[in-house]
Amino acid sequence: MRKILSRIYLVFIFILLYAPIAVLIILSFNNSRTRAKWGGWTLSWYASMFRDDVIMAALGNTLLIAVLSALIATILGLMASISLLAMKRKNRNIVLSLLNIPMLNAEIVTGISLMLIFIAFGQFLSRWGYMIEFGFGTVLIGHITFNIPYTVLSIMPKLRQINISTYEAALDLGASRWLAFRKVIIPDIMPGVLSGFMLAFTLSLDDFVITHFTKGPGFDTLSTKIYTEVRKGIKPEMYALSTLLFVSVLILLLIFGRGRKKQQGALIIP
Amino acid sequence: MSNKLIDLQHITKAFDGNVVLDDLNLYIRENEFLTLLGPSGCGKTTTLRIMGGFETPDQGRVIFDGADITSLAPNKRQLNTVFQKYALFTHMTVADNIAFGLRIRKKTDAYIKDKIKYALKLVNLEGFENRTPDSLSGGQQQRIAIARAIVNEPKVLLLDEPLGALDLKLRQDMQYELIRLKNELGITFIYVTHDQEEALTMSDTIVVMNQGYIQQIGTPEDIYNEPQNAFVADFIGDSNIVNGMMIQDKLVEIFGVKYDCVDTGFGTNKPVDVVIRPEDVELISLPEDAQQGSEEYQNIVSRIMQFNHGFFEGTVSHIIFKGMHYEMEVQARGFEWLVLSTRMFPVGTRVLMSVDPFNIQIMHKPESEDEKAVSMDPEA
Amino acid sequence: MKKKWRIWLDGPYLIWTAAFIIIPLLMIVYFGLTDKTGAFTWSNILQMGTPERLKALFLSLLLSLIATAICLLMAYPLALILNNMKAGATGFITTIFIIPMWMNSLLRILAWQTLLERNGVINQLLGMMHLPKLYIINTPYAIALGMIYDFLPFMLLPIYNALQKIDVNVVNAAYDLGANRFQTFWKVIFPLSLPGVISGITMVFVPALTTFVISDFLGGSKVLLIGNVIEQQFTQVGNWNVGSGLSLVLMIFILISMAIMQHYDKDTGESTTTL
Repeated sequence: MRKILSRIYLVFIFILLYAPIAVLIILSFNNSRTRAKWGGWTLSWYASMFRDDVIMAALGNTLLIAVLSALIATILGLMASISLLAMKRKNRNIVLSLLNIPMLNAEIVTGISLMLIFIAFGQFLSRWGYMIEFGFGTVLIGHITFNIPYTVLSIMPKLRQINISTYEAALDLGASRWLAFRKVIIPDIMPGVLSGFMLAFTLSLDDFVITHFTKGPGFDTLSTKIYTEVRKGIKPEMYALSTLLFVSVLILLLIFGRGRKKQQGALIIP
Repeated sequence: MSNKLIDLQHITKAFDGNVVLDDLNLYIRENEFLTLLGPSGCGKTTTLRIMGGFETPDQGRVIFDGADITSLAPNKRQLNTVFQKYALFTHMTVADNIAFGLRIRKKTDAYIKDKIKYALKLVNLEGFENRTPDSLSGGQQQRIAIARAIVNEPKVLLLDEPLGALDLKLRQDMQYELIRLKNELGITFIYVTHDQEEALTMSDTIVVMNQGYIQQIGTPEDIYNEPQNAFVADFIGDSNIVNGMMIQDKLVEIFGVKYDCVDTGFGTNKPVDVVIRPEDVELISLPEDAQQGSEEYQNIVSRIMQFNHGFFEGTVSHIIFKGMHYEMEVQARGFEWLVLSTRMFPVGTRVLMSVDPFNIQIMHKPESEDEKAVSMDPEA
Repeated sequence: MKKKWRIWLDGPYLIWTAAFIIIPLLMIVYFGLTDKTGAFTWSNILQMGTPERLKALFLSLLLSLIATAICLLMAYPLALILNNMKAGATGFITTIFIIPMWMNSLLRILAWQTLLERNGVINQLLGMMHLPKLYIINTPYAIALGMIYDFLPFMLLPIYNALQKIDVNVVNAAYDLGANRFQTFWKVIFPLSLPGVISGITMVFVPALTTFVISDFLGGSKVLLIGNVIEQQFTQVGNWNVGSGLSLVLMIFILISMAIMQHYDKDTGESTTTL
């Protein structure tokens, strides 16, 4: 009885989670310009989306920002993690609570605060005739900022697990410091670095709020494009593109996720 | 001491098609300290969990005090468990941990308070009421786990490798403590361990298990002195186990030498396993130049022949000082004998090895497939 | 010597944090407490006092509390069910809960429009079964539903992780000492999972309180939450001072909720990170 009830409950939650996804996938095949009307099946949006310059530009921005911000955040996060490990407990706790700010704070507040600093800095620079343009650069800075804590959180546990004796053993066996670091430490923390990068990439890919406040006019990612299109109606190409992205991620997950432990799987949560 | 308190009848249990227990039969008498001993994966913990109610056997029955409790929930059983790694409630104080079972049974506050005091005194942790489990050492946590179980006055206390996480010195102290507790409480202890020394020290009865089967049940002395098969002999203490031939009653041939022994009933000219404990091998050193057949040599031989019939000549190949004794390896007749002695024989010494007939243990060769498996190295 | 390499390692991060986290937050305080000329004023904060904004704030608090409570009630049994599954099954099922997050989050919320509309998917299904129809689109109910949908995984995962950490033998010990299922749950399992519950509550309540996307998409233009009010100040009205003042008020509520959670977290005697 308990088993049947829990099965029913699982199915209910499953439907709740997947109904919107099913709707979006079906809409991507809808042969009608509006989502309010069903016009039969079509594949045409999957072809026309590649000819839509606006959508392709947004896709390009989204991917470029995601890759760059994840990469820079991972490097900064790795450096910070290593030095955190060597810090005194008191200092470490201060830095760790700094890390928590962007994760616990409301996104809208983070977004606004970044917007304000860019404005203020711009005003400051304008005295010498320089200016800050809202766009790619500001969005990238915003994304790096909210990504860093997640990369540190992925890398830190792996760094803590490192047995310093293996590093010392490598030195003892004649390896130089750099060689020992490369051959012993790097392989150990690589899973953490990779999952940190993936997490940052995903978060950046899906972000709307921070981008919304830091982008300025004329620059769009997929999310901000969707937001501005909502009132006039979403282009069906957007459904097609999102479905395509969703399915590609799914396929990638199936290929790479097989041998993975479930714990690491749990880390790929936006 | 005669009463069957727990009776396990034809217990079979498999996990995912892996048979862990196969038609196990075992009874436990009232007021007994019984130890289930065996290597990991032998089924000892599963047996304990079946008694505790955390596993249900696929077949067979569990009889407790005359009643069938096979499918009774753990919370309805009159026995309590001390778990591996203690399993204390980390979100409660020591007092709340101990009071847990009593509060469930709706005992009065005064009664509970008395019981906590009594239990803490019993485990030598008076005044620890308001500490949290995290702030205690491993040994202290272990004592709290025991206190938490015994305040409920169970008829049986099940202990699942309770000393496994403690260091050697503490483990030895706790062994004596457990014996004292058992005597003070006057209840049945069922103890699971893979540590043969622990089992020999504490138990009234030892049940040696391997691969889901009971290998031998007996007192610690029985198990040590009269192992029934090669597995038991090898698992309990160190042993020299060699192939032999039972010539007739009370005479066994090992590597072509006839030895007196005390065993009978094996028939004539039957292949057997012979177990000789390392401390039972007696060594006599030969002078370096004593040739076989020389007068000096014959003198030594005749001295041995007064007590024992057979002997080998061998050479000490290895020696380690172990504090109370020396542990040596002696090469003789192509076999490496393990020998313990309080006397030292330097490497290269020629020795004559003999064994008191009483210390030669004869065992049947394994016959069935199952028993063959049993005779494998327990470390494997 | 040793100190030197450390500065090169954590220097960039610390500078980054100061420049893009600490100073920006101070900017909100500065803008919130000054007027256009830069003079100190409380007026931006007092702007929250208009009936329309108070209504939005109250509705935000109400909806986010309801959404958090329902998320907890839904996620806890779910986490228990997942926790009781065999290890292999759990990996599979957990993945099932993560996969939806790979679809663009704005589109996922938007899809609820299609589901909830007057002639949407749900109402057509209800009509086919001759059941009364559901008219909740563009009402606070739809917003609450969107919040629950969007943030349920944030409640589920911390609770699930906390349950996974509980030693099976601790639960067995409770049974062994005579507790029945109900007693074991309330006296042992639930208290031990509290750190997960608390971080789940924080991870749902703050985003729900401050969202403007969900109310935009599912509340129509009729329902305003405090997130919408602030967002409009910045992107439509362009009054950063008033927007910052309102943000400061919102931040006070965020800080209060965090302080409450911190308090309970300490009570349980175990510290947890938010992830």
